[in-house]
Amino acid sequence: MTPVATPFFFYLLSGLALLGGILVITRKNAVHSALALILTLLALAGLYLMLYAPFVAGVQIILYAGGIMVLFLFVIMLVSIEKSQREDQFNKQWIGGLVGAVALGALFVRVFVRSKALHDLTGMPMAQLPEQSNTQEIAVYLYGNYMLAFEIASLLLLVAIIGAVVMAKKRI
Amino acid sequence: MVPISYYLVLSGILFGCGVVGFLIKRNIISIFMSIELMLNGVNLSFVAFAAQWHALSGQVFVFLVMVVAAAEAAVGLAIIIAVYRNRETLNVDQVNLLKL
Amino acid sequence: MNPGGESMQTLPLGVDYIRFLPEIVLSIFGMIVMVLDPLVDEQRSQKHLGMVALLGTLTALAATLLMSQYPGSAFWNMIQVDSFSVFFHFLVIAVAALVILSSYEYMTVQRIRAGEYYGLILFGAVGMALMSSAVELVLIFIALEISSISTYILAGFRRREAISSESSIKYFLLGSFATAFFLYGVALMFGATGSTSIWQISQVLHSRVPLLAYVATAFMFVGLGFKVASAPFHVWTPDVYEGAPAPIVGLMSTGPKAAVFAVLLRIFFQANAPGRFWLIWVSAALSMTLGNVAALVQTNIKRLLAYSSIAHAGYLLIAFAVPQTAIADTGISSAMFYTVAYAAMNVGAFAVVSHLAGAGEHRVELEDYAGLGRRSPLLAATLTIFLLSLIGIPMTGGFFAKFYVFSAALKANLVVLTIIGVINSAIGAYYYLRVIVLMYMREPREETALPRVPIGVGITLAITAITTICLGLFPGRVVNYSLRSAHELVHPEMSATDIRRPSVIR
Repeated sequence: MTPVATPFFFYLLSGLALLGGILVITRKNAVHSALALILTLLALAGLYLMLYAPFVAGVQIILYAGGIMVLFLFVIMLVSIEKSQREDQFNKQWIGGLVGAVALGALFVRVFVRSKALHDLTGMPMAQLPEQSNTQEIAVYLYGNYMLAFEIASLLLLVAIIGAVVMAKKRI
Repeated sequence: MVPISYYLVLSGILFGCGVVGFLIKRNIISIFMSIELMLNGVNLSFVAFAAQWHALSGQVFVFLVMVVAAAEAAVGLAIIIAVYRNRETLNVDQVNLLKL
Repeated sequence: MNPGGESMQTLPLGVDYIRFLPEIVLSIFGMIVMVLDPLVDEQRSQKHLGMVALLGTLTALAATLLMSQYPGSAFWNMIQVDSFSVFFHFLVIAVAALVILSSYEYMTVQRIRAGEYYGLILFGAVGMALMSSAVELVLIFIALEISSISTYILAGFRRREAISSESSIKYFLLGSFATAFFLYGVALMFGATGSTSIWQISQVLHSRVPLLAYVATAFMFVGLGFKVASAPFHVWTPDVYEGAPAPIVGLMSTGPKAAVFAVLLRIFFQANAPGRFWLIWVSAALSMTLGNVAALVQTNIKRLLAYSSIAHAGYLLIAFAVPQTAIADTGISSAMFYTVAYAAMNVGAFAVVSHLAGAGEHRVELEDYAGLGRRSPLLAATLTIFLLSLIGIPMTGGFFAKFYVFSAALKANLVVLTIIGVINSAIGAYYYLRVIVLMYMREPREETALPRVPIGVGITLAITAITTICLGLFPGRVVNYSLRSAHELVHPEMSATDIRRPSVIR
C-alpha cells in the first residue's frame, strides 16, 4: 500500500475542511456559504480516501457535492437573495452559541484524547482495508446484512418525493 | 501515519461548527446548511471508526446517512419554498412564530 | 465466518417476511392510496382514499396478529419480533387508524383535497412500527427519519394558513438538528463498541464501559429527547402543535412519541447504555415542572395540550430512571402502560378539538369551549373523560398510568423525583379542571348550533373513551402483557423461540 495517508495531506485537507466550515457559518451571502460547504465536502472526500474508503469518497462527490448542493444552489437562486442579504444575518443568541460550542469542543477533545478505548486502539496501526475490493465488499454488506436498511431507505426516498411535491405545490 | 483521534477531533469541530451555525444564523437556508455540516461531521467519524475497528459496516452507514441527507434536503428545500411563498422572507425573526 | 456452522444464508427466509409483514402491508396500502389519488373524482376522493387507508391499517393490525405468532429475529438480526415490538406495533397502527377516522370530515371542513395526506400517515406508521422492532441503531435511524419526514409534511398541510407552513419549517429544522445529534450518538456508540447492533453493544458494554459510551448515550438522548418533547428540548412543541392540523397533532403527540419511547427503552434497558440516571432525572423533573407551569397561562387549547404533553413526557420519563436490576421490569412495563393510556386520551382529546375547530381552525381558544356542556352534552362529557384521565382521576386510564410509574419509582427509591411528580400532578389538575369548569359553568359565547358529530369522529371518540375507561377499570391484561414483554426485553435469552441466525459475513 502506498503511503498516501501522510500527515501533510491530512493537515492540508482538514485545514480546507475547517476553512470551509467556518466560512459556511460566517458568510452573509447564502451562495458563498453554499460554495464554502462544497469546499468542505470535497475536502472530506479526500479524507475518506485517506481512510481507505474510496467508494464513500466517490459517493460523497457525486451525491453530496454534486446532487444535494446543486439542489441547495437551485433553491437559493429561486428565492430572492438580494433582499435577505440586506437583513441582519445573526441573531442575539451568538454568545450562547459560542459558549455552547466551546463547551462542546472541550468535551470532544477531552473524550477523544482521554478515551481509554481509543488510546488502546490508536496505538495500533490504522486498518489497511483493501482498497481495490472496497466497492465489492460494501455491495456484499448492502445486499447482505444490511439488506433491510437498504430496501427501507427506498421508502424513505418515496416519502421524501411525495413530501417535496406536496410542499412545493401552489395549492392543494 | 495520522492517528484516528485526529480525524475524530476534526469531526467534532465540524459538528460544533454546525451547531454554532444553527444557533446564530437567521437565514433558514443557512441554518439548513449548518445541519448539513453537522451530518458531515458525523460521517467523518463513521469512516474514521470504520478504519479503527477494521469494520466496513461503518462505510455502509455513511452511504445510508447520505441517502437520508438527500431525502431531508429535498423535503427541507420544498418546505423552505412553501414558507417563502407565504412570507416573502427567509429570516427567522420575521417568520413570526419561529423563535428558534 | 459461521459460528453456528449452519449453511450460509444469503437470502431472507419466508418467515423473515412474516416478521416484517405489518410494515409491508402498510407500505403497499400507502402506495395504493398514492396511485388511486389521481384516478378518483376530486370531490369525493377524500372518502374513498380514507377508506382504503383505514382498510390498510386494519389489515396491518391483522398482520401484526400473524407476526406475533412468529417471534424471533429477522433479516440477519436487524429486527426482533417479541411481545415488546408487537405491543408497540398494535399501539402505533391503532393510533394511525384512529387519526385517519377522525380526519374524514376535518379534511372536508378545511377544504384540503389531497390523497397524499392518507398516504403519508400510512408511511409514517411504517416508520413508527419499524422503530419498535428494529434492533440495529442504523435501521432505527432510518425508521425514525421515515416517521419524522412524514410528520414534517403533515404538519404543513393547512396550506391556506401561513402558521401551518411555519409550523412545518420549525418542526423540520429542529427535528433535523435533533436527528444529527442522535446520529452522532450512534457514531460514537459504534466507535465505543465496534458495532451498532443492540445485542453486540450490550455484550461489549457488559464487560467494559468506555468513556465514549457515556457521551454516545448523552447524544442519543438529546436527539430522542427532542422527538418526545422532553425539557429542555421542548421549545418547538407549542408552536408546532398550534400550527399543525388538529388530527395530525393527535398523531404526532402519541404515535412517534410512543415509538421513540420504545427506542429509548431498547437503548437503555436492552443495550445497557450507561449513565442514564442523571440524564433522565434532570430531563423528567424539568419537563414536568416547565410543562405544567407554562400550561397554566395558556388560552389556546392546542397550546395547552402541547404543554400538557411535555409534562406527560416528564411523568413517563420517571419510569426510565429505575436501575437495571430486578425492578427494571416494573419500570419498563409502567412506561409501556403509560404510552397506551396517554395515546387513548390524547387522540380522543384532539379528535374533539379538531371537530370543534371549524373551518380554518378559528375556534381553538379556551373561550370557545365555554358552555359546551349545554350546547353539546355528549361531546362535553367525552372531553371531560379525557381531561379527567389527563389529570389522573381514579377510574380512568391516566390514574393507573401515573400510579404504576410512581410506584415503580418508589420501589427504586426515587423519592424526590416521585414527590416532584405528585406536586406537578396537583398543579396540572388546575388547568384541566379550568377547561371542565368553562364547559359546564359558563354561558356560551355564541349561540350558533354546533355541527353534528360526523361518524368518523364519533367512532374515534367512542373507541378512545371506552379504552380510557377500560384501562381505568380493568388494567390487568395490559399490565400483564407489558410485564411479560418487559421481562423478554431485559432477558432476551429466555424468550422461547428465539432463533438467531448467523450473519452473512462476519
